[in-house]
Formats: sequence, C-alpha cells, structure tokens
Amino acid sequence: MDYIRAQDVTFSYEEMETAKQREVLHGVSLSIRRGEFVALLGHNGSGKSTMAKMFNAMLLPDGGKVFVDGMDTVDESVLYEIRRRVGLVLQNPDNQLVASIVEEDVAFGPENLGVPPAEIRQRVDDALKAVDMYDFRLNAPYKLSGGQKQRIAIAGIIAMQPDCIVLDEPTAMLDPRGRGEVMDTIRRLNREKGITIVLITHYMDEAVQAGRVVVMDNGEILTDGTPREVFAHVELLKQHQLDVPQSTELIYRLKAGGIPLPDCVLTPEECVAALERLLRRPE
Amino acid sequence: MVRDIALGQYFPGKSIIHRLDPRVKIALTFVYIVFIFIASNFQSLGIMVALVFGILLFSGVPLKLYFKSLKAILFVVIFTSVLNLFYGGGTTLVRLFGFMEITTGGVINAVFITIRIVSLILFSSVLTFTTSPTELTDALERLMKPLKVLHVKVHEIAMMMTIALRFVPTLLEETDKIMSAQKARGADMESGGFMQRVKALIPILIPLFVSSFRRAYDLAMAMECRCYHGGEGRTKMKVLHAAPRDAAALAFTGFLCAAVVFCAVWFPPALS
Repeated sequence: MDYIRAQDVTFSYEEMETAKQREVLHGVSLSIRRGEFVALLGHNGSGKSTMAKMFNAMLLPDGGKVFVDGMDTVDESVLYEIRRRVGLVLQNPDNQLVASIVEEDVAFGPENLGVPPAEIRQRVDDALKAVDMYDFRLNAPYKLSGGQKQRIAIAGIIAMQPDCIVLDEPTAMLDPRGRGEVMDTIRRLNREKGITIVLITHYMDEAVQAGRVVVMDNGEILTDGTPREVFAHVELLKQHQLDVPQSTELIYRLKAGGIPLPDCVLTPEECVAALERLLRRPE
Repeated sequence: MVRDIALGQYFPGKSIIHRLDPRVKIALTFVYIVFIFIASNFQSLGIMVALVFGILLFSGVPLKLYFKSLKAILFVVIFTSVLNLFYGGGTTLVRLFGFMEITTGGVINAVFITIRIVSLILFSSVLTFTTSPTELTDALERLMKPLKVLHVKVHEIAMMMTIALRFVPTLLEETDKIMSAQKARGADMESGGFMQRVKALIPILIPLFVSSFRRAYDLAMAMECRCYHGGEGRTKMKVLHAAPRDAAALAFTGFLCAAVVFCAVWFPPALS
C-alpha cells in the first residue's frame, strides 16, 4: 500500500523581483510505500526540496494532490497528524534545534503534541538511544559536532514516533565522518524500526545505499528504480548534468575504452572485485 | 574570544541546589536581593554572606566559575566602592586635593557596597549556573501566568527567551567567523578613533543580520515541522512541582530573613 502518494503535483513560486510565477514542479506523480528507503536525487533547482516539503504539508500543491497515509495534505484538520507522521530534517543542524539542552530539544516535538510528561521522558530517552546520543542528553547542542547535532535533530523527529522521515540534504554541511554517522543512523532506523526514509541528497554514494532511487530534473521525474537500474543509465544521467557514483563512473569509462567488465557496478567493493577478476584472468 | 562569557551559563549537575524548583530559586533570588539591602549592619550582613557562601559550596559548581562571573563586574565593584569612600560621615582619615575626604563612614560604606554587590552577583550566578535556561524560562512562564488576564502573551515571551538563549553561542561563533572573514579581506577593526571603529562594525553587523534572518526562517520551518502551534494544548517533559526540599528551602530562608531583620533592628546600624 502506498504511504505517500503524490498525483500530478504542480507548484509555482513567486519570484521576488519580478513577481512572476515560476513553476518548479510540472505534474509530478510519485508513490512511496511504507518501509521504503528512497533517495531523491537531482541538482539544484530540480524541485526535489519543494517536493519534500509537499510530503508533510509544509507546502501545498497548486494542482494535483498529495496523500499521506490516505490523508489529503490540503485538509487542515489533519495537519498536525500529517506532520507528526512525516518528520522533516533540514540541511543546517544549527537552525533546527530549539532548546539549549539536548534532551529538552528532543522533547520539543512531543511537547507540542500534548503527550503526557512521563511518556515524553520515555520517548526522549528511546529516541536518543536510537541515534546513539543518549550519553549527550544533558549537553548543550553548540558544543557538539555537526554530525552529532544532525543526529539530535533526527532524534527530535523520532520522539514524535513518525512513520516516515524526510531528510533534505542532511549531510550537505557535514564532514565525511559526520556524514557516515548520519547515514548509519538513517539506515538503522529504516532497517530496525521500519521507518520509511526519503533521503534527498546530491551525494551519489549515499543514494546507492537506498533501496530505490528517484531522479528529478527540471520539475519532473527523470527515472525511478533500484540504484542498479538507475545508475545503469549513465548516459541519461550525464545528459542531465547528474553524477553517478565514482565506482560506476570508473567502470563505465573503462568499458567505453573496450575493456570487458560487468555492466553496472555501484560500490567501491564491487568495483575492486570486478577489476580483480579482470586482472587475475588468465590470458 | 567573545565566547568567554561565564555569566548566565548553565552548569549541569545533580546537587540539591540544582534540584530545587526553579520557581523557588527565582523567588529566593528576589528575596535575597531585597534582604541584602535590609541588612544594615555587619551582623545581619554576615548572615547574608554566610548564606550565599553556604549555597555556593552546596551547588557543586566549580568555584572558578563564580570567580569568572565576578571578574565580569570587577570594574563596577571597584568604581562604586571607590566612589563610596568619599561619602559618609565620621572622622576624616585622609584628605585629598583639599576638598575630598575619606572618612571612617566612607570606608564602611565602601566595604558594605562591595559585599552587597559581590553577594548579589554570586547569588544570581547560583541561579543561572544551577538552572537550565529551559527551566528558567519555564519557571518565569509559570510565575508570569497571572499576567495572562492582562492579555500578556506569556508563552510567547517564554519561547522567545528560550530561543534567544539557545542562539547566543551560535551567533557569537558566527560573529567570530565573520570578523575573521572581514579581517582576511583587509578590514581594520583595531585602529582609528571611536567613530571609525563604530563604522568598522558595519561590515560585521550586516552579514550577521542577514544570516540571522535566514536562521530564523529555517528555525520557524523546523518548529512548524515539529507541530509547534503556540502554547495551546502544549505539555512539558519536565513538570515543575514543588518537593519537600522546596518547602524546606523556603522555610530556611524565611528563618534567615527573620534573623536578618532581628539583627538589623537589635544591633546598631553600621551605616550613617
């Protein structure tokens, strides 16, 4: 069953200087099933962030419909229900933490929902353990690293017990180590808690870790499939100025040079294995 | 550099002072401020000083931090006590420039004012060191609740305070960054007269404002994503409820206040 369903969504921003309408989504249809891990790719201006804000009713479609768990996002009476179920994590971890103490920040969401105090305590502890930040619960956020802060932001969403977390480039401002921490956390939440993940990113190596990759370009969906299916179309992606994972790129170029190699390679491990096989091959 | 502000920073801990109800702590701070000025002789002042030092030791906060917060107001203390040297009667001790004289009364005045200011700062430092900003704003929200009748937006004020406190270190860090960036571009902030230095601040303030607005926009969105919709129907993780220890603290303070009043009346005033 589809958890999030977008049907022919169109959306326009008003440009500030000219007051002209600029359409950024041209009739996008996309369905996300419960428990999926979807990576949403696309370069700047492709409409991927706009799309993400449709999923928790931060933005409402001009045309078309978005349903979350069967609820129409236009329906104001279920607005908080939708926002509780679909949490949104933003790019800059500094700008989404409200309180000066980690555990109090994580409690912010459940407090807004009117959850009884004892249960909030329980949820906060569970959420902090889920992102592996329980030991830092009494710290001040500004003393933490970027990756840690982003995990606190994720914990703040988890404490609302969502079905789905949408992350809008959560690793863009982090160093490689912080990126790794956040990606591990996301994968674990998906696998162990069955939380649906929509990860917006422009790091192809992160997209490879998802179960499904959706590529957006210019307000439309370009391709949609497993990472293996999507990254097999190297030419198509290149035409739209999109990258492929480095390993895929390397093997693709070698193949273009006439070297016999397997078709689609995604990870460095696969790449190493393929090259090893090639080099060890008896002449 | 700009990050070295001790005043108003929370020091997490589990001491009895930490666990007191923040409302009680705020109330006691006010009581302390009032009584430090009621104490008019050394006997009553002695009780107040003993009280603040007792609390310091019980707070479990390193004494170093208290010295730091005192250092911040060192100038004010010296300035007021030096000024006080020249006020007050009694016998003249030293005569300066023919018309200024330091008298015994003045010396007592100066000692008094120094003790008063230092105790005040120490006591309010205990409040801010042992109470998390959220607890503090929570308590203020609860204490101000009666003002709702006058249509004061109590929850909104408390939320604004929470956010302001949360962003102080973030914005300080940002200021540091912008200053370095402008220096790297050749901005000169150290030399020149007063007006020139004020002008040199403009290239720091403008980017700081722009980025603050961007942060505010992001934060508002993040808060909405987390279902924030004002104080209506909101609960709190940490509910404030007074424990026996709060009653004990109030009773103890009440007793000390009575002692202060008694001493102030019984013994002759030290101040002329």
